[in-house]
Amino acid sequence: MRTAFINQLIAEAEKNDKVFLLVGDLGFSVVEPFAEAFPDRFLNVGIAEQNMAGIAAGLAKEGYCVFIYSIGNFPTLRCMEQIRYDICYHNLNVKVIAVGGGYAYGALGASHHATEEVGMLRIIPNMIVCAPADPQEAKAVTTFVTAHNGPCYIRLGKAGEPQIHTEALSLKEGEILTVKEGGGVAVLSTGAMLKYTLDFLQVNNIDASVYSFPFVKPIDQDKLAIILKSYKKIITIEEHQAQGGFGSAILEISNDLLEYNKIEKLPLIKRIAIKDKFYSVAGSQEYLREIAGITLMPSFFTITQTDAV
Amino acid sequence: MAEVQELKQIASQVRRDIVRMVHAVQSGHPGGSLGCTDFLTALYFNIMEHNPKFSMNGVNEDLFFLSNGHISPVFYSVLAHSGYFDKKELSTFRRLNSRLQGHPTTHEHLPGVRVASGSLGQGMSVAIGAALAKKLNKDSHVVYSLHGDGELDEGQNWEAIMFAGHHKVDNLISTIDHNGQQIDGPTDVVMKLGDLRVKFESFGWQVLEMDGNDMDDTIRGLNEARSYVGKGKPIAIIMKTVMGKGVDFMEGHHEWHGIAPSDEQLAKALAQLPETLGDY
Repeated sequence: MRTAFINQLIAEAEKNDKVFLLVGDLGFSVVEPFAEAFPDRFLNVGIAEQNMAGIAAGLAKEGYCVFIYSIGNFPTLRCMEQIRYDICYHNLNVKVIAVGGGYAYGALGASHHATEEVGMLRIIPNMIVCAPADPQEAKAVTTFVTAHNGPCYIRLGKAGEPQIHTEALSLKEGEILTVKEGGGVAVLSTGAMLKYTLDFLQVNNIDASVYSFPFVKPIDQDKLAIILKSYKKIITIEEHQAQGGFGSAILEISNDLLEYNKIEKLPLIKRIAIKDKFYSVAGSQEYLREIAGITLMPSFFTITQTDAV
Repeated sequence: MAEVQELKQIASQVRRDIVRMVHAVQSGHPGGSLGCTDFLTALYFNIMEHNPKFSMNGVNEDLFFLSNGHISPVFYSVLAHSGYFDKKELSTFRRLNSRLQGHPTTHEHLPGVRVASGSLGQGMSVAIGAALAKKLNKDSHVVYSLHGDGELDEGQNWEAIMFAGHHKVDNLISTIDHNGQQIDGPTDVVMKLGDLRVKFESFGWQVLEMDGNDMDDTIRGLNEARSYVGKGKPIAIIMKTVMGKGVDFMEGHHEWHGIAPSDEQLAKALAQLPETLGDY
């Protein structure tokens, strides 16, 4: 995903001479092609994310479209106040890019587990939150955020994720992607959980619908209403704490749709996410997902057997 | 461009405005505002090339970023007298629906405010970003910023100071209001600042000092600072001021950082500050 991101950013910077990239000393082996192509529009600010966010705000005030790039929590949690007050309050054209969403940096430890940042950024007015599932989605959200005049966040995975979408995408703000239409249950997935979800359904030979959400904020409410009306049982899955994340967003919007009579009743919604806990054992991304309970086994079968209201 | 005698008269009116604004709503920060009055008066009426027909992108003009946003009364008064908005609006300071919030924000489009502040330690980074953009855009104008000395407790400043030196941001003039006071007491008691000149110089800055409550020396210092622009180093002015300057019973007392004068104290203060341009 990060390779898809940087290649697309180079393509955008060739068309748009205001694209500027700041990195917090963690761009090694990823950002060099950008730095070589656009040396005047690239800076390594050192290990100083608060300053990086502030400088991005200053550049954006003067008309630049500024990307700030680092690992997981560092360009997000570490500079949350600068993102809120310098960038989002002024609705400035700054894009926060985090590589290593969720447990992608598994064995590096909890410092490198980005499992709260979607919720924290989603709360801030003006901020758009993106979590692409594969290199095609990463490429498409990069194009989207470059064209969008305002603050955005992109949660990337790492490198080497397989392509899921076979064709290039063009995304509208908040767009929900129908990946697979099946019967009974719909799985709503955001970020890198899409690959896991599709593999799970295939291995277990299950016919279910799958939707991918490259945007956690905003979400296309009309399409979500159609999904909510079409299924009695829905599962959300994300690599993030349950509180405040993608599943929370779905619950909040679903309830609003009910309140405003856009839907008549709520389906049963099962949220698969981390249960308000830190996991501090060393392990791969897959291992940490499993012990944190981000797994469709046995939830998928439990919800299938539950009587929907 | 106002000369020293006129600048002193403007400063007297600005000080009256500050005391009256804070008294009227019984809240605000008079101490640092009074201390920085001469500096901001000199900057806006003598030093900066700026246009009161405010445009947010600030192309082809000097820019000023206020990092220590709590001294909003002096900023608002100087902006009003410079023509950014009607001075009558000063009477709305901190009142219901006013654009003149306790800490300056851009949200209600108050002309002259380029960045919201109030959360300390964030202004220098933004000023650096704007200064970098000016360089890229081949705009030879200067970016000014103002910071409290207590504000330097915030670590982000030191990220910014290190960056500006390393990347030779030599169109940035950052002034430190060195009044030696912060909310809870003298800086030497709360958090020692050490030798600020040595600290900035060791990060690669050009440093000068001036007396920020002496108009002649403030003009001299700011002109000297401008003479260093484009010479490979960011410029720091360590500006000695007295908190509460101009009102004898407020001078040098950290208690006046953020409290308002009583009716009696207001009368005493105004008696020391001639009305030169007409009260708002």
